[in-house]
Amino acid sequence: MTEINRKEAPAFKQVNNIEFLAVTKTHLDNGIEVNYINGGSQEIIKIDFIFKAGNLFQNKVLVASSTNGLLKEGTENYSAQEISEGIDNYGAFLEVENTYDTASLTLYTLNKHLNSVLPIVKEVVLSPQLSEKEFNIYKKNASERFKTSLEKVSFVARSTFMSAIFGEDHPYGKPVQLDDYSNLSIDDLTAFYNNNYNLGNCNILVSGNVNKEHIDTLNTFFGQEDTVKKTPSIQHLTIPETDNSPIYIEKEKALQSAIRIGRTFPIKTHKDYFGLEILNTVLGGYFGSRLMKNIREDKGYTYGIGSGILSLKEAGYFFISTEVGSDVTKAALTEIYKEIETIRTVEITEEELELVKNYLLGQLLSSCDGPFNMASLFDNVHEYGLDYDFYNDYIKTIKEISAKTLLELAVKYLQKSDLKEVVVGKL
Amino acid sequence: MIHFDKFTLENGLKVIVHQDKSTPIVAFNIVYDVGARDEDEKQTGFAHLFEHLMFGGSINIPDFDTPLQKVGGSNNAFTSNDMTNYYMTLPKDNLETAFWLESDRMLSLAFTDKSLEVQRSVVIEEFKQNYLNQPYGDVWLLLRPLAYENHPYRWATIGKEISHIEDATMEDVKAFFKKHYLPNNAILTVAGNIELEEIKALSKKWFESIPSGTITERKLPKDPQQTEEKRLRVERDVPTNAIYKAYKMCNKQHQDYFISDLLSDVLSLGKSSRFHISLIKEQKLFSDINAFISGSFDEGLFTITGKLADNVSFEKAEEAILKEIEKIKSELVNKAELTKVKNKIESTTEFAETSVLNKAMNLSFAELLGDANAVNLEVEHYQKVTSEDLKRVANDILIETNCSTLIYAKTK
Repeated sequence: MTEINRKEAPAFKQVNNIEFLAVTKTHLDNGIEVNYINGGSQEIIKIDFIFKAGNLFQNKVLVASSTNGLLKEGTENYSAQEISEGIDNYGAFLEVENTYDTASLTLYTLNKHLNSVLPIVKEVVLSPQLSEKEFNIYKKNASERFKTSLEKVSFVARSTFMSAIFGEDHPYGKPVQLDDYSNLSIDDLTAFYNNNYNLGNCNILVSGNVNKEHIDTLNTFFGQEDTVKKTPSIQHLTIPETDNSPIYIEKEKALQSAIRIGRTFPIKTHKDYFGLEILNTVLGGYFGSRLMKNIREDKGYTYGIGSGILSLKEAGYFFISTEVGSDVTKAALTEIYKEIETIRTVEITEEELELVKNYLLGQLLSSCDGPFNMASLFDNVHEYGLDYDFYNDYIKTIKEISAKTLLELAVKYLQKSDLKEVVVGKL
Repeated sequence: MIHFDKFTLENGLKVIVHQDKSTPIVAFNIVYDVGARDEDEKQTGFAHLFEHLMFGGSINIPDFDTPLQKVGGSNNAFTSNDMTNYYMTLPKDNLETAFWLESDRMLSLAFTDKSLEVQRSVVIEEFKQNYLNQPYGDVWLLLRPLAYENHPYRWATIGKEISHIEDATMEDVKAFFKKHYLPNNAILTVAGNIELEEIKALSKKWFESIPSGTITERKLPKDPQQTEEKRLRVERDVPTNAIYKAYKMCNKQHQDYFISDLLSDVLSLGKSSRFHISLIKEQKLFSDINAFISGSFDEGLFTITGKLADNVSFEKAEEAILKEIEKIKSELVNKAELTKVKNKIESTTEFAETSVLNKAMNLSFAELLGDANAVNLEVEHYQKVTSEDLKRVANDILIETNCSTLIYAKTK
């Protein structure tokens, strides 16, 4: 056998070509837009109903998540039990999710059962009962879960951080208190449902092994309803300028402190967005990032540390997040700021930049794998009126961006005086 | 149905190849037949600590992660009581990088002191983050030693206590590597748009020269048949009272395994399940309640966990659970209910097969238990289960003298 040289890495290629599964846009009889993505070899299908009904649209905390959470708990013709049985009997899954901007219902089913489950899905979407009785059970159990969350340093740090950067009046930053649950009434939910859950404001996204026939089926159930195209109103609140003195919440018995550091940031439509994504990757966006290399792999202060950018509809934010041993909280903060200072003062080497570029392209290739992944990529930009071109532009930026540009972005966006710091635990 | 080919190298490394032409990504999974159950009771948490050290550089390659990231790949690993599993995904064009990296750390680690010191701290922080600094985080640290008397499942993969991790030495690390990290103690699975011949050639090139070794036969102490109820009550600073009931059940290769799994589904899978309807919605005794099986290779646990609603006593809550158990022991589960849980198995299997990494892992784990093709027979095993089976197994295992109960009370 020929000797192999184990010290030398095998030849490799940068990812060059990423194939996107095509999206087909069509309309139901009543004008509702449906986008679908066909692919994969399993006989399965996923349908997302995405409404502009997230926290952004609520006037009172918890209304959006409670309305979303109550959709499956009874409709005009079915009890909560009949709904869950009607879905479970066919091995299907019907999930609800509430986020800052949107609220959604997602159906996962084998193709052969689509016709059997859609009548139930239709009722859940169009005529939920929102009953007092179910609401009381929901409130009780949700507030119990909330009490447990309040015991977690990571949860408290996250919500304190959101209030700190967006202000306590902004829907992204408004803090939730335990008694907010008792102040909520079923009328709040009914009003919210009527304003925000109409098909005219819904994006329907179908993915999996889907063809024209499935869209016709969808049309039978959802295409005959009258719809009102009424975009729910939101107050465009300005984000207040606040001072950036660190916020410290002491937990006497904590073995670890949760740290959040960050600020508001540009969103997907902004010209600096791609560059900032790449910069974030270098700093804390992957396992080989600088924060991970220093604070975990060199110092051993934490099980994990990372940073990220979340682009929401009205504003975005950047955050660094970790839980560190309470005895090393101060040392960890020092190292985090040291890394931020370094990325603002020293150009990234060609070697590190090439690594991050290759890594990002490889990850993008992974995230295009299969129709469900493609559906999330599509959904992530559709909301902003963007399409797959967004990703082609991203690929182009990754390939072309220079260390100099990244340094300029770091200088502009990662100034220490612009960053908010939250520590929950012990200093 | 997952088609695959299988071959064994001269040094005993088993290789499984699954072709999936629909994806540009290759999954590269290697499982070592060593887990927390193989640890000495005075050195628990060692298999997991060792998993961390596998990323600390190997004999010819100083850093594991960087070269993989450089070719667009990513990786991770996990340790369970039964095994240690390492996986990567990367663009198909760069597949050879995975062979290069994985084979070098099987050949030999770098064994640097720095890596041991840092990973020791990282694992201690992991211990704190997931088990000590979380409400209810220590439940399994309490429940395992209550349920198991002799079998090493009586400790969690993270270890019994932090001191075991603090005390690990480089000598221990080297001995562990020599004993367990052998080609004839591992299974490699590669899945993606690949050809069998290509994988054969690459496997031979990178892995075949790694010497095999002697595998010590696994002789784990067995637990005696449990004959009396075990109970433990603790008080913790948590917002809600909780109850945990763990019943001993069969191992993973027993036909009753599938029956036990469906039994737990009838009780608690989804909002149409018995527990949800009766205990949460109708009687309002719990804010959350679940039943699940541990899925372990050796004799496992059928566990019920519940968070009590406010002002509900432990007695009342437990009585209600026992009433549901009595019902499933005395009455046959009707056909519709049985079909429902079987349909969930069918669709969950279909959805799981959309991921090439999932497929690679499932093939590896099945082969570790003796036959990769078991992944293709699972659905059939579930389909065969009858209402009579469910009743029989419920009567076999869901008895209080076979149960360990943990009462997790909030501090007053």
